[in-house]
Amino acid sequence: MATLGPAGYSPYPVAVTEGVLPPPPGKALLFNEIVDEEIAMREAAKAMLTRENPTIFPGPQVLYAWNEEAKKKAKLVRKMAEVLGAKIIPMYDYRPKYPKIDPEKEINPNHPNLTIWHNKIKACIFIGVHCHYANVALKIIRAETDCFTIAMCSMAGHEDAMITLRDQHAEDLEKFIRIAEEVKKELGK
Amino acid sequence: MSQKVQTEKVRYNRMGQRIVSPDYLLFEAPRTKHFITGSEAVKEAAKRASVDASISYPITPQSEAAHMLGELWREGYIGVYFRGESEFGVMSAIAGCAMAGARTLTTTSGPGTLRAMENFPMWAGSRLPIQLVLMARGINSPLSIQPDNLEISFLLDTGCMVWHAETAQELFDMIIAGFVVAEQPDVHVPLITAIDGFFISHTREAVYLPPEDIALPPYDPYKAPMPVIDMEVPPGRFMRDPFVMKSNYISYATHASWQFEVRAAIERSRPYAKHYLRGLVEHFGDPEGEILFIASGTAAAQAKEATQILIHEEGIKARVLRIKTLRPFPTEEVREAVKGAKYIFIPEFNVVGWLEREVKRALYGYSDIPIFGTPRVGGGMTMPPEFIVQEVLRIIGKEVKHVS
Repeated sequence: MATLGPAGYSPYPVAVTEGVLPPPPGKALLFNEIVDEEIAMREAAKAMLTRENPTIFPGPQVLYAWNEEAKKKAKLVRKMAEVLGAKIIPMYDYRPKYPKIDPEKEINPNHPNLTIWHNKIKACIFIGVHCHYANVALKIIRAETDCFTIAMCSMAGHEDAMITLRDQHAEDLEKFIRIAEEVKKELGK
Repeated sequence: MSQKVQTEKVRYNRMGQRIVSPDYLLFEAPRTKHFITGSEAVKEAAKRASVDASISYPITPQSEAAHMLGELWREGYIGVYFRGESEFGVMSAIAGCAMAGARTLTTTSGPGTLRAMENFPMWAGSRLPIQLVLMARGINSPLSIQPDNLEISFLLDTGCMVWHAETAQELFDMIIAGFVVAEQPDVHVPLITAIDGFFISHTREAVYLPPEDIALPPYDPYKAPMPVIDMEVPPGRFMRDPFVMKSNYISYATHASWQFEVRAAIERSRPYAKHYLRGLVEHFGDPEGEILFIASGTAAAQAKEATQILIHEEGIKARVLRIKTLRPFPTEEVREAVKGAKYIFIPEFNVVGWLEREVKRALYGYSDIPIFGTPRVGGGMTMPPEFIVQEVLRIIGKEVKHVS
């Protein structure tokens, strides 16, 4: 069961039942607080740099070359992983996998906890996952694991993530990478 | 000397209407007065909403609105229009249109709603922002085609947003606002825009309309929270190989999370609905009124008339809290509004009192003000304001002087 966040933050019911909604444009969400985007980015970088087995879960929107933005983002995700010292485990489609997924190679929104348990992942970033599937997965992760979740969403964000960054496009990913490099230096890593 | 020419980027939809922002269409565009029915208001709203597809099936009292949507197709305002095999067929086929990335609008009433029922949670779970205009007429048996809104009760937990319009004007505005709210990427669930049949669908009233040569921006399916794809095909396949068929803890957790997510999406609609509907509730009457009516739809209109009688003829301070959105339910607004009230009355056009249930749930543990689910009429009976006043006076123990 989840151990992160304020009391009542886990397992079910979900964040909206406590009045937590996605952040307004230009802001971010840190647990149930609306904060400046830069503060949230620093906390996200810190979580990824200090918690065990940090992992980035890229979804179809950045895994496949749909458009120029997707290609650019894919390269930035790779750079982000290098700076954060994080693994990349893809969520390449959304079909439930039976009888069993290979948790070392993939994550699935319908049972994301299997990948997180198997790899003992304590911090993760969701990026390029379609909003519905990100929300389904984040609720399960929140309920079933002690993984610190960060959502980098190109649209309105995900209130069930512990940190949600909204309207994240290529330039915002570049900004996050710069901040992560600063935080890494501050931590002496 | 060179002259710099500034050009404005103007977009047009398939009908050649100029695309404007939702805020301009709803709040800023000049409006002219028309004397039209609620059914005609549906047509006028659809005309300005860049609708891609509409499917119909006849059932009183929505048949006229559905018929007029067909006229819009003939005129070129709607891309695809046809008659389904039944209400179940209509609601299934419209889901296919929405999955393919179309902005969709359909209508139904009474028993048709129940025949189509299985589809509404399917729409919600598939995150389809379909808009259904429900012209409520009650449910069999015995057969009725009268104004009665019992079927709204059945729709409250389908995972769809449910709004309840009081007038033809509000129906017009809600249909346009509805597409905007339902299609937000973080909302993206169906919307049922309900009115009380006949009272609104078949009576004429003054409705202020923006010009007909402007329209909403088209729906952008690439912002949908699911891939725009047939559910049978990867990556979205979840109906043919559903995890709910597998009895294990993982499938239970997935299904639970999925259902919570659909309800969470409705909650996320609050800020958008507050903006485009100018609040989830409307306040009417004396702000210090000790008598508080909580009502929606035409019951609210009758409660407003009763409030005027109570204030001006009986010298009793009274007010109305009109609920515009049943899903999301304006819980905080209701809790705030009851402050200062001594009696709460909930008039309804149905026998089960679904609004009374909703209000009691919202106020449980927050208020000990007595709540009376009355007057309540059904089967098409009218609810004259004098009758409401009589009920109030009887319950609060005042002499019925002016009303007989």
